[in-house]
Amino acid sequence: MKRTTKKLLSFVMVLTMLMSLCSVFALADEGEAFKIGGTGPLTGGAAIYGNAAANGAQIAVDEINAEGGIQFELKYEDDAHDAEKAVNAYNALKDWGMQISLGSVTTAPCNATSAETFNDRIFALTPSASAVTVTDGKDNQFQMCFADPNQGSASAQYIFDQDLGSKIAVIWKNDEDYSTGIRNTFVEKAEELGLEIVSETTFAAGNDTDFTVQLTEAQNAGADLVFLPMYYQPASLILSQAAAMGYEPKWFGVDGMDGILTMEGFDPAMAEGVMLLTPFNADAEDERTQAFVAKYQELYDEVPNQFAADAYDCVYAYKQALEAAGATPDMSAEEINDLMMEQFTSMTFDGLTGEGMTWDATGAVSKSPKGMVIQDGAYVGL
Amino acid sequence: MKNMKLNRNARKNFITYGLVIAAYAILQTMSVTGSISSSLRGMLVPICAYVVMAVSLNLTVGVLGELSLGHAGFMSVGAFTGVTAAMALQNTVPSPTLRLCIGMVTGAVFAAIAGVLIGIPVLRLKGDYLAIVTLAFGEIIKSIINNLYVGVDENGLQMSLLTNKLALADGGKVIISGPMGITTIEKLSTFTAGFILVMLTLFIVFNLVNSRSGRAIMAIRDNRIAAESVGVNIVKYRLMAFVTSAALAGAAGTLFAMNYSTIIANKFDFNTSILVLVFVVLGGLGNMLGSIIAAAALTILPEALRQFADYRMLIYAIVLILVMLITNNPTLKGYLDVAKGKLTGAGKKPVPQTTEGGAGNE
Amino acid sequence: MMTFLNYILSGISLGSIYAIIALGYTMVYGIAKMLNFAHGDVIMVGAYICFFAVSRYSLPPLVGVIAAMAVCTVLGIVVERLAYKPLRAAPSLAVLITAIGVSYFLQNGAQLLWTPNPKVFSSVVGTGRLALFGGQLTVSYVTITTIASCIVIMVALSWFTGNTKMGKAMRACSEDKGAAQLMGINVNSTISVTFAIGSALAAVAGVLLCSAYPTLVPTTGAMPGIKAFTAAVFGGIGSIPGAFLGGLLLGVIEIFAKAYISTQLSDAVVFAVLIIVLLVKPAGLLGKQVSEKV
Repeated sequence: MKRTTKKLLSFVMVLTMLMSLCSVFALADEGEAFKIGGTGPLTGGAAIYGNAAANGAQIAVDEINAEGGIQFELKYEDDAHDAEKAVNAYNALKDWGMQISLGSVTTAPCNATSAETFNDRIFALTPSASAVTVTDGKDNQFQMCFADPNQGSASAQYIFDQDLGSKIAVIWKNDEDYSTGIRNTFVEKAEELGLEIVSETTFAAGNDTDFTVQLTEAQNAGADLVFLPMYYQPASLILSQAAAMGYEPKWFGVDGMDGILTMEGFDPAMAEGVMLLTPFNADAEDERTQAFVAKYQELYDEVPNQFAADAYDCVYAYKQALEAAGATPDMSAEEINDLMMEQFTSMTFDGLTGEGMTWDATGAVSKSPKGMVIQDGAYVGL
Repeated sequence: MKNMKLNRNARKNFITYGLVIAAYAILQTMSVTGSISSSLRGMLVPICAYVVMAVSLNLTVGVLGELSLGHAGFMSVGAFTGVTAAMALQNTVPSPTLRLCIGMVTGAVFAAIAGVLIGIPVLRLKGDYLAIVTLAFGEIIKSIINNLYVGVDENGLQMSLLTNKLALADGGKVIISGPMGITTIEKLSTFTAGFILVMLTLFIVFNLVNSRSGRAIMAIRDNRIAAESVGVNIVKYRLMAFVTSAALAGAAGTLFAMNYSTIIANKFDFNTSILVLVFVVLGGLGNMLGSIIAAAALTILPEALRQFADYRMLIYAIVLILVMLITNNPTLKGYLDVAKGKLTGAGKKPVPQTTEGGAGNE
Repeated sequence: MMTFLNYILSGISLGSIYAIIALGYTMVYGIAKMLNFAHGDVIMVGAYICFFAVSRYSLPPLVGVIAAMAVCTVLGIVVERLAYKPLRAAPSLAVLITAIGVSYFLQNGAQLLWTPNPKVFSSVVGTGRLALFGGQLTVSYVTITTIASCIVIMVALSWFTGNTKMGKAMRACSEDKGAAQLMGINVNSTISVTFAIGSALAAVAGVLLCSAYPTLVPTTGAMPGIKAFTAAVFGGIGSIPGAFLGGLLLGVIEIFAKAYISTQLSDAVVFAVLIIVLLVKPAGLLGKQVSEKV
C-alpha cells in the first residue's frame, strides 16, 4: 500500500509541477496592453468581496478597451482571504507578466502582497484593503478606499457634529483587522470629543450568529446609538435580533455596511433609519453611477457594492495616470512604477466613489465620505 | 533476520535523506539560475514548513497513534513567539541568520512548553475525545493570540490582554497587535533554512523512532495494556512523542511566519490543522517520506490548478477524494497494482508489508 | 434577574440549534463509527434548498422543508455510496479525510451553483415571539420549534434504534460489524440507511439554523458543524440524549461566557469548560465508559 501511495503521489506531483511550469511559458504576446493583476478572495467565506472587485475592474477594463485608446489586460487570482495564498497568487501574476497591480481586496492578504510589490517595485493601488499597515512605510502602495483610522474618526466626528447620540455602544469583531482598526480610532476620537461610550462588546468568527448578550448589554447600559464597524453580514443579524428584542437605538455603520440592502431576501424595513458613511451609493442619480450599476446588473445579475465601485475606479485612475505619464505597455513594471508614483501624488481623480480624489505620499486617499441614511429601502444623503 | 530488518529501516531512512537533499540541490540550483517560476520559488519555504508540520504530526498520529486536530495551535505558538524574539532582538543581534535561528529555537521551546501543558491533561484521554480536546486547545490558543498585544521598547517586552494597554517608551514598537497579528515581519526565512530544518526534523524523528524510546512509543500505540504490563512508562513516552512533535511544529511556525511580512492568529485555525492531517494520512501513517511528498504535492496542487479558475478548489476536492479512494479501496487498488505490474514488468515478487504504519487510531 | 433568565433562554435557543445538528452527527458516529465532517455542509445544502423553494418558488414552508429533506437524503445516499462505501474496510482516518474532501466539494460546489452572495433566509415558522411575565421574557417561535423538533427527533430515534428491526441491526453494527454480518445483517445497507436518516436530520437542522440566524452563505454549515461536533463529544458521542444535553449546555455556556466573563474570550472559555468536563468525565457527560479488553 505504501508503495502504491508513493508512486501515485509522485505521479501527481510531477503532473502538477509540469502544469505549473506550462503556465509560465503560456505568456501572451507582450507590448499591446498593460497587464493589470490583482488578488482577492474568489472562493471561501469572503468570496463576495473578491468577486465584486474582480467584476467591477473587469467592467472598467472592457469599457476602456472598447474605446480603442489605452488597452488593458486584467487578471484576478484567488487568494481565499489568506496571506499565504495571496503571496502564491501574486507570484502567479508575476509569472504572467503583471506590470501594475491592484493589490489585494482584503486587508490581511494585502499586508502580505504589499510587502512583495514594494520589494519588487511594482506599483499597487488596492481598491479596498483599508488598514494603515497596507501602505505604511511602502512608497509605491496606494489605496482607493478610506484608511480605517479615517473612517473611525470621521464616524465619531460625524456623530458628534450632528449630535446623533449621547450614549454610544460599540459592537465589533475582535478577530478582524478591519473592524478592530475602525473601532480603535473611533474610541480614541470619541474620547477626545467627549462622547460617552457606555458599552463595548465583541464577537469573532465562529460565534457570530447570536448577539443577544451584546445587544442586551447595550440596552441595559442605555445606549441610544450603536456603532457597528463591521461588514453587512453580521450587521444584518444584529439588526434582526435587535428588532426581535424590541431594542430600537440609532444604528451607525461604516462602508462595510453597504450591500445590506441588496442581500437576497433581506427585509429593508429592518435597516430603516440605519446611518452609514460610505463613499459609494448604488442609488445615486449621476449618469456614471447609473451606467455602471446598469451594466453590472446586466452582466452579473446583482447590484454592485462599494468593492466593485472601488475596483472600477482603480482601473480608471490607472488609465488617467498612464495617459498623463505617456506610459506605454512595453515598459517594464519598474519604469511604470516610477511614473505612477509621480502621477498619483500629483493628480486629481473623479470616480464613482468620490469627486476630486487626491493621494498623499503615504498612499492614503483623500476623499470625503458621504453620510447616508436608509429610508424606505434606499440610501438618502444625510 | 533482525539485522536485515534494521538494515531495511536504515536504508529507507537514508533514501529519505537522499531524496530531500537531491530535491534541495535541484531546486536550489534552478532557483539560483532563475529557471523556475516565481510561483514555485515562492512556495519553497512554505513547502518546507508544511513538510516539517506533516512529519511532526506523523509522529503523533502515525507513531504514537493518537489523532490530533490542533497541530496548527503549536505552529501558531511557535510563529508568534519566534517572530517576537527575532523582532525584539533586531537591534542587539545584527546577523539575520542568527536571529532566524534564535527565533526558531524560541518558537520550538515555547511550543514545547505548550505541548507539555496541553499534553499532560490531553494524554489521559483516548481516541476521539483526545482529538476534540486538541481541537479545543487549538481554538483557545487562537482566541488568546487574537486578544494579545505585545510591544518592545528599551525596557524590554510588554504585554497586555484584551485591549492595547501598552505604554511604550519613545522608539518602542508594537509587535503583536491583537487580530492584526504581526504586520512588520522581516522576511528572514530562506529555502536553505527551510531545508536545514527539514533535515533536522527528519534526523530527530528517525532517531527517536529507531531508539529504545521509539520502540516503547510504538509498543504503546500497538497495545497500551501489554506495554504497561511489561513496565513501559506510558505517560513519559506518550508525552515525549507529543512534546517533540509540538516543538518541531513550533520551529516550523517560525519558519513559516518569517517568510511573510504578516501573520495573523486566524491563519492557524482548525482548517490548517486539518490540512496537515490530510498530508499525514495521504502520505501514510508512520511513513515520513510519504508525508514529505504529500505535503509538497498538496501545497503545489492548488497553485497548479489556477488555470481552472473558479473550478480550482472543486477539482482539488475531487482529487483528494479520488486519491483516498484509490489508495484505500481494495478493488481500485487491485486495478492500480495490475496497471503498475504491466508498467514495471511482471515477475516482481510482492514485497512483504513492513510493520510500521499499520495502525490507525483504535 | 430577568436579564439572567433572558440569557438562559437565549442560551437554550442557541443550544437547541447545536443540539439538533449534534443529533445527526452522533447518529452517524454511533453506527458508522466515523466523524462525518461533511455533515455541516449537508446542513448548508438543506438550507439552500428550502430557501429556493420558499423564497424563489413561493412554496409553503412545509413543502420547502420536505423538499430539503428529500434532496439531502438523496445527497447523503449518493455521497455515502460514492465516497464512503468503498472505504468500509479502510482505516477510520482515511474515511475522515474523505469526509473532509466531501466537505470541500460541497462548499465549493455550492459557491459555484449559488454564488457566494449571502441570502437572507425567511424563517419557516415566522419571526414572532412568545412573551412571558408581561413581555419581560421572550422566547422566539423558532426556539420553541427547534426544541420541540429536538425532543421529537430524540424520542423517535431512541424508539427507532431500540424497537425496530432496522434499528436493532444498526445497534448490532455499532457493537461489532463482523459479528453483525455473521448474524445475517446486511451491514452495508444498514450503514447506508443510517446516512440517509442522518442527512434528512441535517436538512431539518439546516432549516432551523437558518430560521434562527437567517444569513445563508456556502460556508454557513462549517462552524456550526464543528460546534455541534464539540457538543456531541461533550454529551458523549454516540449517545442520543447526550447530543441533546451537550448541545443545550454548550449554548448556555457560550452565552454565559459572553455575558459574565468576556465577549472577547468567550470561545476560549467554552472550549476550556469542554476540556475540564472531559477530564472529569473522559467519555462525555452521558457517554458509556467502555473498559478495555485485555
